[in-house]
Amino acid sequence: MAMARYLLLIHDREADYEAADDTARRALDVAHDAFSREHKDVIVASEHLKPTSTATVVREDGAGGHLVTDGPYAETKEALGGYYIIEVSDLDAALAVAKRLPFFGRTGDAAVEVRPLF
Amino acid sequence: MPADPPPRGPGKAAAARAVAEAHRGEWAFVLAATVRVTRDLDLAEECVQDAYAKALVAWASGGIPARPGAWLTTAARNRAVDVIRRNAFIRTALPLLADDEPVTGPADGQDIPDERLRLIFTCCHPALAPQDRVALTLRLVCGLTTAETARAFLVGETAMAARITRAKKKITAARIPYRIPDSEDLPERVDAVLTVVDLLFTTGHVAPDGPELLRTDLIARAAGLAAMLGDLLPGDAEVAGLRALILLTDARRAARLDTAGAPVLLADQDRGRWDRAAIAEGLVLVRRALRRRPPGPFGLRAAIAAVHAEAPTWEETDWQEIVGLYDLLLRRRPTPVAALNRAVAVGFAHGPMAGLAALDALAHDPRLAAYPYASVARGEFLDRLGRAAEAGTAYREALLHTANAVEREFLLDRIAQIELR
Repeated sequence: MAMARYLLLIHDREADYEAADDTARRALDVAHDAFSREHKDVIVASEHLKPTSTATVVREDGAGGHLVTDGPYAETKEALGGYYIIEVSDLDAALAVAKRLPFFGRTGDAAVEVRPLF
Repeated sequence: MPADPPPRGPGKAAAARAVAEAHRGEWAFVLAATVRVTRDLDLAEECVQDAYAKALVAWASGGIPARPGAWLTTAARNRAVDVIRRNAFIRTALPLLADDEPVTGPADGQDIPDERLRLIFTCCHPALAPQDRVALTLRLVCGLTTAETARAFLVGETAMAARITRAKKKITAARIPYRIPDSEDLPERVDAVLTVVDLLFTTGHVAPDGPELLRTDLIARAAGLAAMLGDLLPGDAEVAGLRALILLTDARRAARLDTAGAPVLLADQDRGRWDRAAIAEGLVLVRRALRRRPPGPFGLRAAIAAVHAEAPTWEETDWQEIVGLYDLLLRRRPTPVAALNRAVAVGFAHGPMAGLAALDALAHDPRLAAYPYASVARGEFLDRLGRAAEAGTAYREALLHTANAVEREFLLDRIAQIELR
């Protein structure tokens, strides 16, 4: 069966991650390593993003130039913290992988957005 | 001019009746079997509509077939094969995904596998918005036209057409598979299907808008879908639970409105007008639903409806049992409305003071802040405790949160009664 690629966008509460101690952060790294090993056959790419406080936004200023500003595109409590690109047969398979992702912080604060790629 | 030859078949009227009946009873079967050939919902729908149109003519002259569903499926599938062979159909970039080989030859009408579950699980996929799931189910499983589906939602036809198109696009673009889910995912996916049928039933049972309080067309569609699921998933306890819930709730229909068309509260209904046959059937299904350990949310809701159905009067209702069932339901599926209903049941089981305390525990739930029934229940308990002024305030608060004319009249009446005392 033809395969399709999906982007798994991990949104979580950045403040919780920033406030976490090294043990908690290491535990998350270990969990992601285990997840990556478990799904190595379907993972195409993945990255862990630096905090939104390091983000810079570039826009067209409408006068032929650009406007460069500090900060993320959207100011929200939950922010994009990392992503995986996976290649699987269909949405159900993608959702099954997404359900295995390790989450950080309290239940309900973190979520994965599953987006099909062209 | 020569006279028309006398009709040899059963005639136009009989054929039209048979086609209408096959539309009600066989649409989902025929469409699901045709999708197996087309792997495309739009083309399958076109071919099925074409088959029903052909049946009107063919059955009038040639007789009504013994198995109308098989006849229609063969006609629709042959048409689909024809369209695909002639290459008249431009294949979409992302066809429907199924886990078996498509049927490519003409169908012979024998042993057509029942694919309805695939169709239902696709229409009710949790990746689709709940309202879109209901719309797709009405359109593809029940065979309603876009105009009829729009009427069911009380929205315009253009808006409904856009919604159905968007949902179909998501099915192909996100690659929602045309498949029965794995056993691991099955309970969750069956629950999503049951939620769609429940939403349809609830919309019919207490219409949120429109001139009527009841929408019997939607109730009939929901009951029909629940019965279909009973046939397709005979061993599923939650399906039995939903069927029981619909039967037991709808059994009260004749007693829910007074002669002037105003709604009658459960407490004041003439229980002699309840449909005893439906209740008996519902009670059998409740027992089947509760055989599952632990019982699922639909089984528990049906069990609560069963306690009401078996109570000879409102006063003789086993409120302790109802509180216990709500406790179990809240553990399985904590919703603010279930929590509110539990608090109300506590008030009837243990008195208005206990009821008020249970309501107070929910006072800070923001999801109930604009929900009029929380204030109505508070008003009722305060009234029964003789705290008339506070009861009046609670009813006025409820008034702020309902736009339903019938409900507003009920609340104004309660307020007037308090002020007269």
